[in-house]
Amino acid sequence: MLRLALKMLFGDRAKYAMLVCGLSFCALLMTQQSSVFCGLLLWSTATVRNIQVPIWVADEKVEQVNEVVPLRDVEVQRVRSVPGVDWAVPLFWNILQARLPDGTFQAIQLTGLDSATLVGRPVKMQAGRIEDLRLPNAVIVDQVAIKKFARKGIALRVGSTFEINDKEARVVGICETYRSFLGQPYVFTTYSRALEYSPPQRKKLCFVLVQPRADTPLATVLERINQLRGLRAFAADDFAWKTIVWYFVNTGIPISFGIVVLLGVVVGVAIAGQTFYLFIHENLRFMAALKAMGAGMGMLARMVFLQAFTVGFTGYGFGVGLTALFGNAVLTRGEPPFYMPWQILVFTGVVIVLICCLSALVGLVKIARAEVAIVFK
Amino acid sequence: MSELNNGALAVQTRSLVKTFGGGENLVQALKGVDFEARCGELLMIVGPSGCGKTTLLSVICGTLQFDSGSVEVFGRDLGAMRPAELTAFRGQNVGFVFQQFNLIPTWTSLENVSVPLLLNGASRARAEAVAGKMLEAVGIGEKLHAYPSQLSGGQQQRVAIARALVHEPRLLICDEPTAALDAGSGRKVLELIKATACRPDRCVIVVTHDSRIFPFADRITEMEDGTVRAVRDGEEIQKMYV
Ligand SMILES: Nc1ncnc2c1ncn2[C@@H]1O[C@H](COP(=O)(O)OP(=O)(O)OP(=O)(O)O)[C@@H](O)[C@H]1O
Ligand SMILES: [Mg+2]
Repeated sequence: MLRLALKMLFGDRAKYAMLVCGLSFCALLMTQQSSVFCGLLLWSTATVRNIQVPIWVADEKVEQVNEVVPLRDVEVQRVRSVPGVDWAVPLFWNILQARLPDGTFQAIQLTGLDSATLVGRPVKMQAGRIEDLRLPNAVIVDQVAIKKFARKGIALRVGSTFEINDKEARVVGICETYRSFLGQPYVFTTYSRALEYSPPQRKKLCFVLVQPRADTPLATVLERINQLRGLRAFAADDFAWKTIVWYFVNTGIPISFGIVVLLGVVVGVAIAGQTFYLFIHENLRFMAALKAMGAGMGMLARMVFLQAFTVGFTGYGFGVGLTALFGNAVLTRGEPPFYMPWQILVFTGVVIVLICCLSALVGLVKIARAEVAIVFK
Repeated sequence: MSELNNGALAVQTRSLVKTFGGGENLVQALKGVDFEARCGELLMIVGPSGCGKTTLLSVICGTLQFDSGSVEVFGRDLGAMRPAELTAFRGQNVGFVFQQFNLIPTWTSLENVSVPLLLNGASRARAEAVAGKMLEAVGIGEKLHAYPSQLSGGQQQRVAIARALVHEPRLLICDEPTAALDAGSGRKVLELIKATACRPDRCVIVVTHDSRIFPFADRITEMEDGTVRAVRDGEEIQKMYV
């Protein structure tokens, strides 16, 4: 009978296609929107992921990585003197305007690395050598900069120059970075040169980057640094999470995306539920005929659930597949943001299963309520 | 059940009452029906539209609950059976032929006919073997794998008859089996029912408007406005209807 139940479903190609389309669309909408949402939130943590160190130390008022409250330079020394700290180096990070040869401006994220160690250096170089940062006026730009400048008609390559605050910056290398929330390119240089590029300020140090000693647990070091007045230490992961949560709480992003995801669920439930309901409705007289011929509700329930879940899983497969294709296309381009952790797949799967159960149940109630006598009509 | 022989009581109702709706819309479809059908006979129920024929059939086969009175089918009191029991009882003992055939459009003839056997627990192979023989018996052995839409009305009704008989039910219920068919096919369908369905241990009940098929009846129960007006047999039928 179950084989026949499937045949009943597949036999009506048009309706089957419609059902699968409805659920695919629902799954697509949910996974795609959630992935874009996650991707967007992930963008906000780009700096933590681009500069890979175990511990970030900032002013105690700092809540997330894109927020800068300058520190006094001596804070580096204070952190260095904490027991269990292997090394601690300064990091400069600020958004500045780069002036292009044609006179236009481009916002950049100027990142100044400790000159001696170059700690926080980009992980992946596309061209040039990171050590060349020590040459006069040297900067390393990321692939985003290449793209942004190219859009303005300027082909940036190793050897090109532009200006930051009227001072020359010469590109000695091109690196790969994770794209940031606002999409401003990263420009790496040394800490001291970064200070030259940026307008004069009383305090210039943004973060102290720390490596704990191998024999001291991370948590211990964090705790000790936190005891220094005016400073707050974050483990890198924790900093990224705090940043995500900050964006979640302080921006309209979660609400607007939440609404779209919810809309996806509602549209999905509506479309899928309705088509499946229609399917049951049109098959009602046949279901009643089966009931008249001695099919119990248990058998009919198995048939209907099998049909619902077959549609559900096919739709889920298509929807998630399409999202993956979308993700693939998007990831090679770099935008819009896209990040599909497994939780999204589980979430969508659960919603689809719920939709299937719901429509199957509604259908079954309808079958149960139906007077078997309608077969005589 | 050796008493289920020619002439034994197959269906018996006493003072059967069934109403639909309530208040102003209350319709009393059956107003105390006393009805009998016997094994080995082809009994027809006739009467004007709306007199309660379909309602009576639905109650007899346990697809519709009644208000008062009693219904016994092969000695079992339907009023005392739980819904699941009724369903199982129907599955084993009752075959249906409907006016609208009710063949499932996405299944082949063979699949449609094997359903009652599958519902009674037969394996697919056995069910299809028996269903194939049954389809041959009703004369469409060459259309085993045709879908209902590829068959004429008369052929579809033959498939429906095969489906109704394939599990050898003791009661065959036909509601207007010829109403959707032209005169020729209708006649053939009744001939088929008479030839393949009527057996000493089986009761066949046919509800119809179609006076052309009255001569096939062993007995005719005339209904009017929710009651049985008369029961006629042999010679009377010949006199009155032929
Ligand atoms: N589900 C229902 N709800 C309300 N009234 C109903 C229902 N089914 C039947 N009736 C009413 O019960 C009465 C008997 O109906 P029934 O279908 O048994 O008549 P019938 O003799 O089969 O008529 P026909 O020859 O037109 O098929 C009619 O007045 C009909 O309107
Ligand atoms: Mg009727």
